[in-house]
Amino acid sequence: MRYALVGNQNCGKTTLFNQLTGSNQHVGNFPGVTVDSKTGEIRGERGDCVVDLPGIYSIRPYTNEELVTRRFILKEHPDGIINIVDATNIERNLYLTLQLLEMHIPMVLALNMMDEVRSNGGTIDIGKMEEALGIPVVAISAVKNEGIEDLIHVIKDVSQRRIYPKVMDFCEKGAVHRCIHAVSHQVEDHAERIGISPRFAATKIVEGDHDIIENLHLSENELDLMEHSIVEMEKDSGMDRNAALADMRYDFIERVCRQAVIKCLESREHRRSVRIDHVLTGKYLAIPSFLLIMLLVFWLTFGVIGTFLSDLLSMAIDWMAAAAERALVEYGINPVVKSLVIDGIFTGVGSVLSFLPIIVVLFFFLSILEDSGYMARIAFVMDRPLRKIGLSGKSFVAMLIGFGCSVPAVMATRTLSSERDRKMTILLIPFISCSAKIPIYALFTAAFFREYQALVMMGLYVLGILVGILSAVILNRTMFHGKPMPFVMELPNYRFPSAKSVLLLMWDKAKDFVQRAFTVIFIATLLIWFLQSFDSRLNVVTDSGDSLLAMVGKLIAPVFAPLGFGDWRAATALISGFSAKEAVVSTLGVLTGTSMSSLGETLGEIFTPIAAVSYLVFTLLYTPCVAAVATIKREMGSLWKTVCIVCMQCGAAWIVAFLIYHAGRMFL
Amino acid sequence: MTLDQIAVGQEVKIVKVGGEGELRCRLLDMGLIPKTVVKVQKAAPMGDPIEIHLRGYELTIRKEDAGKIEVVF
Repeated sequence: MRYALVGNQNCGKTTLFNQLTGSNQHVGNFPGVTVDSKTGEIRGERGDCVVDLPGIYSIRPYTNEELVTRRFILKEHPDGIINIVDATNIERNLYLTLQLLEMHIPMVLALNMMDEVRSNGGTIDIGKMEEALGIPVVAISAVKNEGIEDLIHVIKDVSQRRIYPKVMDFCEKGAVHRCIHAVSHQVEDHAERIGISPRFAATKIVEGDHDIIENLHLSENELDLMEHSIVEMEKDSGMDRNAALADMRYDFIERVCRQAVIKCLESREHRRSVRIDHVLTGKYLAIPSFLLIMLLVFWLTFGVIGTFLSDLLSMAIDWMAAAAERALVEYGINPVVKSLVIDGIFTGVGSVLSFLPIIVVLFFFLSILEDSGYMARIAFVMDRPLRKIGLSGKSFVAMLIGFGCSVPAVMATRTLSSERDRKMTILLIPFISCSAKIPIYALFTAAFFREYQALVMMGLYVLGILVGILSAVILNRTMFHGKPMPFVMELPNYRFPSAKSVLLLMWDKAKDFVQRAFTVIFIATLLIWFLQSFDSRLNVVTDSGDSLLAMVGKLIAPVFAPLGFGDWRAATALISGFSAKEAVVSTLGVLTGTSMSSLGETLGEIFTPIAAVSYLVFTLLYTPCVAAVATIKREMGSLWKTVCIVCMQCGAAWIVAFLIYHAGRMFL
Repeated sequence: MTLDQIAVGQEVKIVKVGGEGELRCRLLDMGLIPKTVVKVQKAAPMGDPIEIHLRGYELTIRKEDAGKIEVVF
């Protein structure tokens, strides 16, 4: 048996999924789109699995989430649907339920947060609800793990015995009723041929859903006849087709609720939310509190916990590397193989793993922000300034994370609801200066601008943001032309995030990163090791200036001559910066043959102060590191687009560095 | 009168939902249909978007879009 779990956003769907499946989850992607597809085996029910479909409000063909949901239900034919609804917000939640009922698949309604309704003096008559909707209804509390056993039992029962929803007629006698019935009659044969319910086909035809209409292969004549009855209905009801159907559904829901629901007075949870919102979305306090919260997350992630765990991890790796080295030396192994294992594999693994603690910790905080309901408030508060560059409020969080590290920032774009916003944000993130570039800035500013160190650093950050905004504006006018997704967003009550959901998300992200990024990053570090260790005749190099990497550096150095740093050592350092930005500093050290402490003086021989600025600007803007590129490829789902992004960044870096170098020479 | 002109704290009834395409469908799906009672809860710190209360939940929409919803007291 396979069940689909469907529901609105913010109704506790993920929590229920985690309760149903425990940790037996498999996270993947729906084909062709970046929408997570989670499947899991139900605990204690061998062979029964449940698919967590994205949170949606309606079955329309607009967003990827909606398309994925309906394709899954219509094409994959699940044995049953578990429709979870938020009992505290039942009217709007039932809107989706009615559309699911029309699809005519065995279904159970899971009334979540019933405990909250009851504790606030409200109640829902389950019997009357079942009668009105024609499907079994189970009261549950996903957070408290109540009613879950019952739910599993009922969904198994209706699916095995193929008990279909009994009610599908939501229209009272009148114009809409006549129209839907006429259309369903006409479309019956076609609908049955492609295996969908005639009632569902009819409402979708009335709503003008092209996706379904095309699939039905209707003749011109049939379409005309249907259009005729729809126009008739619009005339008689005084509403256009979309409004008439929405009105029909909400009318039915209101009738059901009048019979079965005793609403509570304003709930405690709502009053609490309003109080919190006085501060968090208040006129004067909203932005300061947002900055404070983000600062705290940042400081904890990159400053306290992340660094601590990273240090711990690198200590463990160093220890293992040292042990392996001792063992290999004792064994008397070929020095090249030893270098491969120690400098190649251990360094490679180390560079991958050093990102891991930061990702895990950051996603711990992000999932708390998301699950508590604060992320929606950020979108609400920050919408206006970001709309100007064609993005919406939620992109802001991902971009802020970019100041720490591009890898989790790109991963965090998953929370954005529109594909367009997601892609555009991913494009902008690499322009935001990540923390791995700080050692480069520190080295150069100390060597060249001792008195203005802070000012130059600040300038670089601001420049990154400005170039980002500029490219956003350009992209908005060209590649991503067209309207951003409508901003119609629910502000859910604040809730305590469930520990299980937070932990599972952290686990998912960590696994995802290690699995997917490992291979690419690993191969790239091995490649760099190879280029550094051998010369053109594949002899092991003694002088790093003879290596293949240096050859490549010498080859591309002329490209940078117009930017003021045509020296091959500068170019080679840039290439090695692709594996990790910190490597720029160490490579410069190795190639100039100086220790870190005297590196600053040596740089004075390679760079003039203006050239140093130009070099810094170039490192600020050029290609993100291999870990970030691997993540971008994963989130964009296309190698070609990823290559385009890398080229675009390098191009932008070259142009901006060129302009700054020549402007600087003119004025100084 | 349109919804964007309503002062914070006031309650109004929807008469007609304008706009077109995806935006309009979204508004209808979220329960913004004629005869629905809506209360303007607050505006974002920079004045836009606004937060409204309807059918027992909170929704935010941009002022520009609220301008397409006709309401009466």
